[in-house]
Amino acid sequence: MKKIIPIQNFKKYAVDKTIKVSEKSIENTSKFSVFLVGTANVFLFLVRVVKNTFSKGFEFKEFLKHCFQIGNKSFALISITGTIIGLVLTIQSRPVLIKFGAVNMLPSMVAISLIREMGPVITALICAGKIGSSMGAELGSMRVTEQIDALEVSSANPIKYLIVPRVLAATLMIPLLSIFAVSMGILGGWIGANLKGDLNFVLYISQAFGKVEFMDFIPAVIKTFFFGSVIGLVGCYKGFNAGRGTESVGIAANTAVVTASFLVILVDLIAVQITDLFL
Amino acid sequence: MEKTTSKKSVIDIQNLQISFGNLHVLEDVSLQLHEQENLVILGKSGTGKSVLIKCIARLLKSDKGTINVLGEEVNSLKAEELNNIRKKLGFLFQSGALYDSMTVKENLEFPLRRLKKDLSQKEVDAKVIEALANVGLEDVLNKMPSELSGGMRKRISLARTIIVDPEIMLYDEPTTGLDPVTAEEISELINDIQKKYKTASIIITHDMECVRTVADRIIMLKEGNVYKEGSLEEFENSTDAYITSFFKTKKIS
Repeated sequence: MKKIIPIQNFKKYAVDKTIKVSEKSIENTSKFSVFLVGTANVFLFLVRVVKNTFSKGFEFKEFLKHCFQIGNKSFALISITGTIIGLVLTIQSRPVLIKFGAVNMLPSMVAISLIREMGPVITALICAGKIGSSMGAELGSMRVTEQIDALEVSSANPIKYLIVPRVLAATLMIPLLSIFAVSMGILGGWIGANLKGDLNFVLYISQAFGKVEFMDFIPAVIKTFFFGSVIGLVGCYKGFNAGRGTESVGIAANTAVVTASFLVILVDLIAVQITDLFL
Repeated sequence: MEKTTSKKSVIDIQNLQISFGNLHVLEDVSLQLHEQENLVILGKSGTGKSVLIKCIARLLKSDKGTINVLGEEVNSLKAEELNNIRKKLGFLFQSGALYDSMTVKENLEFPLRRLKKDLSQKEVDAKVIEALANVGLEDVLNKMPSELSGGMRKRISLARTIIVDPEIMLYDEPTTGLDPVTAEEISELINDIQKKYKTASIIITHDMECVRTVADRIIMLKEGNVYKEGSLEEFENSTDAYITSFFKTKKIS
C-alpha cells in the first residue's frame, strides 16, 4: 500500500525533493563543464606544442639529451622484455600448432605476431610506464618547485624548451625501440624453438621471414610513431599542468602512466581498423 | 634609520584584481614602486602577495587593472616585448627554483645565454664568477643544487637573478626556511644588491627582522586590498591591532 503523505508535510516534501534534484543537476553540469574545460585545455596544449615545434629556435641539445635518456636508458629493459615475449610466444604456441600439424609455421607465426602487434604494443606499454611516469614526475616537480616559472622569467619558452624536445624524442625513439624489441623477440623465438627441438638459425630466420610481407612492417612502424607522440604528449601534459603541492607530482606521474597506456591501446585499435580497411 | 626614496615610479599598479574560480585573491590593489627603493609587502598567508609579484612578471595574468613596469603595460605586451621587460626584472622565487638537472655554473649561465645573447664565453664566465663572488660562494661552481644547503641554494638563486643586471628585483619570501644567521645574511645581501646595482625591489616576507633590515617603505595587504602604507617607523608606532599583531611579538609562556 502506498504511503500517504499528510497534506501539511507535502510542501516540505516537495521542496526537499526539488532541491535535491536541482543540486544533483548543478553537480552534473559542473562535472560536465570541468570535462569540457579539460578537453579544451588538452587541445590548446596540443596546438601550442605543434606551433612551437615548427617555429624557429629548436632546442637541438635538449632533443639529443632526451633521445639518449629515452632510447639508451630503455635499451636493456626492452632487450630483455622482447626476448622473453618471443620465447614465451614460441613455447605457448608450439603445442597448439603441433595439434594442427602446423609446427613448421611456428617461426613465421611468431615473427608476424611480433612485427604486427606484440612488439610495438609491448614496447609502447613499457615506455608508457617508464617514460610517461618519468616525464610526469620530472615536469610535475619542476612545476611545484617553480622551476617552470623561473624558465619563463629567463625568457625561455617552457613549451619549446621542455615539451617539444621530449615529445619529439619519444616520437622518434619508441619506433626504434620497437624495431629492436621485435628483433630480440624473434631471437627469443629461436631460443624457444630450440628448447624442444633443433632448429638452425639460418633456417629459422628464413622460415620466419618467408611469410612476412613488406606491408606487415609499414602499418606497424607507422603506428609506433603515434604511440611515441601519445606517450610524450600525455607525460608532458600531466607534468606541465600538475597542481602546486608535492602530492600533485605523484598524481601527475600516476595519471600519465594510466592515460598513456589506455591511449596506446586505443590508438592501436584505431590503427588496426584503418589497416584492415585498406589492406 | 629611514632611507631616502626617489619619487619616480618604476612600477605603477592600478586597481589590480585577480580571482581563481570563486576565490577573489586580489580585489583592488594599487601601488607604486619608486626608483632605488626597497618596498616590503606584508600580509597574512593567502592575502595574494606572491600572486601580486607573479602578475608583475606576468607569470599570472590579472583579471582587471593595469600593471605598468618601466613605462610598459605588461598585460598588453606581445611575447618579444614581454621578454624585453623580463630582461630588466629579477625574480627570486620562494623555493629558489634552481634547475635540478644543471650544475651551479649552468644554472647561472642559463639566463645569460637567453637574455644576453651577444656575450662571448669569456664574458659569460667572468659574469658567473662575479655573481658568485657577490653572494660569497665562488667555490661551488661545479656542484649540483642537490649538494647545497638551503641557504646556499638561496644565495645561488640570488646570484642567478642578479647576473643579468636587473633594474627591478622581486623577492618572494627570501628568508623563509632559513636559520636566523643565514636569514640576516640574505637580508644584508638584499641591501648590498640595492646599493651596488641601484635596483628597486619589492620584497615579500613574513620575517620581521628582514623587514626591519631592508624596508624603505611598507605596504600591508588584508583580504585582497591595501590595508596600510607607510614607513617602518609608522608601522612600528601604530596602535592598530592588525598591524601590531605583526610588529609586536608576544612571548608564549
